[in-house]
Amino acid sequence: MSAVEVMPAQLLAGLELALQARGLSLDYADRRALDSVHLQVPSRRVTALIGPSGCGKSSLLRCFNRLNDEIAGCRVGGEILLFGDDVYAGAIAPPELRRRVGMVFQKPNPFPQSIVDNVAFGLRLAGIRSRLELDDRVEAALRATGLWHEVRDRLAASALQLSAGQQQRLVIARALAVEPEVLLMDEPASMLDPISTLRFEELVVALRERYSVLLVTHNMQQAARVADYTAFLHAGRLLEFDTTDHIFTNPRLRETEDYITGRMRETPLR
Amino acid sequence: MDRLHLGQHISQQFNTELAALTKQVLAMGGLVEAQLATALEAHAARDLRQVAHVVARESEVNAAELEIDARCTQILARRQPAASDLRLVLAVVRMVTNLERIGDEAERIARIAEKLGNGEFAEHYGVKLAQMGSLVRDQLRGTLDAFARMDETSALDWLRRDREVDLLYKELTRLLVELMQRESERVPAALELLWCARALERIGDRCKNIGEQVIYLVRGKDVRHTGLSRSAAPLPDAKS
Ligand SMILES: Nc1ncnc2c1ncn2[C@@H]1O[C@H](COP(=O)(O)OP(=O)(O)O)[C@@H](O)[C@H]1O
Ligand SMILES: [Mg+2]
Repeated sequence: MSAVEVMPAQLLAGLELALQARGLSLDYADRRALDSVHLQVPSRRVTALIGPSGCGKSSLLRCFNRLNDEIAGCRVGGEILLFGDDVYAGAIAPPELRRRVGMVFQKPNPFPQSIVDNVAFGLRLAGIRSRLELDDRVEAALRATGLWHEVRDRLAASALQLSAGQQQRLVIARALAVEPEVLLMDEPASMLDPISTLRFEELVVALRERYSVLLVTHNMQQAARVADYTAFLHAGRLLEFDTTDHIFTNPRLRETEDYITGRMRETPLR
Repeated sequence: MDRLHLGQHISQQFNTELAALTKQVLAMGGLVEAQLATALEAHAARDLRQVAHVVARESEVNAAELEIDARCTQILARRQPAASDLRLVLAVVRMVTNLERIGDEAERIARIAEKLGNGEFAEHYGVKLAQMGSLVRDQLRGTLDAFARMDETSALDWLRRDREVDLLYKELTRLLVELMQRESERVPAALELLWCARALERIGDRCKNIGEQVIYLVRGKDVRHTGLSRSAAPLPDAKS
């Protein structure tokens, strides 16, 4: 399925593309997880990636910052471009790639350290030693995630004392501190309570001012609320990509419709 | 026929809710159809007992509107429907408003029959009015049937046939205006007939609105204010 077939012509015309997957395929030792996926992720927009469990969403996300490299027997074919640079061709060294393309996982994973050390982690790794600069950038990252006023009085406290919602925003602050260009999020709100989820969604919408966000979610309403564009992945193939408004009111494909409306097909797709 | 696959949700409960919703709309449509038929008979047969029936039905129609609206609100709040499910709920809300108004027009027609009573007026006008009435009845039935079968092509056919109603309305208006100019003592009766014709013409418009909603819910295209009924253009592309 080519890029042209999965989305309306001109849909992203004039938009800068943060990420592109071109004819991307991925094989694990014993199975194919992605099959000639064409996906374009526009810059400074929120793109949601939806699809049934096991359809390859996490696998696809991991391709964008080469986390799949760590998995034995995993082979990636096709191209991934980050602002036009070919990621797998070695144009960008993996550590640099992972700074530019941050990742937030389902389970909040703060390090067992203080709040401030968590946020400063990547900065120290990047060689920043100046106390003043560290403080400034930690504060900026915490402010960007709306956490600053909640933790400013206990920056030295352990990050593990924060609530799950706060931990998830802390992890995002940690990712933002190193000034990435893209944020990949893999079901980031699925462990959060409803209020923390709303706060998290507010944050995602605010992030699109400066960052490009690719968000995997099982929560259809969440995709509908926060995403500008929505991509539907099914059995390792990207079937449909369109504005979120379009996907949720009048999707082009029956498969998309069945998924977002919770319908079951009498006959399996393939 | 389940063209929108309304019965295929994983949630059986949701399937049941949507099936009940469409059934209720059709039942309300049936009520309104009966109201219109009775109102027209009251005219044709000069049978004033019929008028009371139409008026009595009015409260049933109003109750149906409220109940269907409440159901739609519930579905929106509890199910957060998307795609065709969402379009169905939106279309139903709009269709029901139009059905209720058709009921009001039918009541108006019935009350005019009452006013005209047994006072004679030339057969000629009555025939034209009856002709218009039967066209509009067909239009209502056909449009509701298109909804029942989720048949957007048939909805479009009926939408386009509203022109015939408009033409008859124009003709009848012209005749009645001529009559009023000729015979001033018949102005009151002629005016009543004119209101009646106008009520029928409005019912035609309401049917058109309902037909547009059928197209919206099946095709996902909002064809209101697009001049579709006056053009011969085919419907926007079907989804693959
Ligand atoms: N490390 C792995 N090794 C082998 N198979 C994997 C691995 N990770 C995922 N898979 C398989 O690849 C397919 C896609 O998985 P995944 O990308 O996790 O889907 P999703 O995130 O959409 O639920 C599944 O069949 C899964 O079992
Ligand atoms: Mg996953």
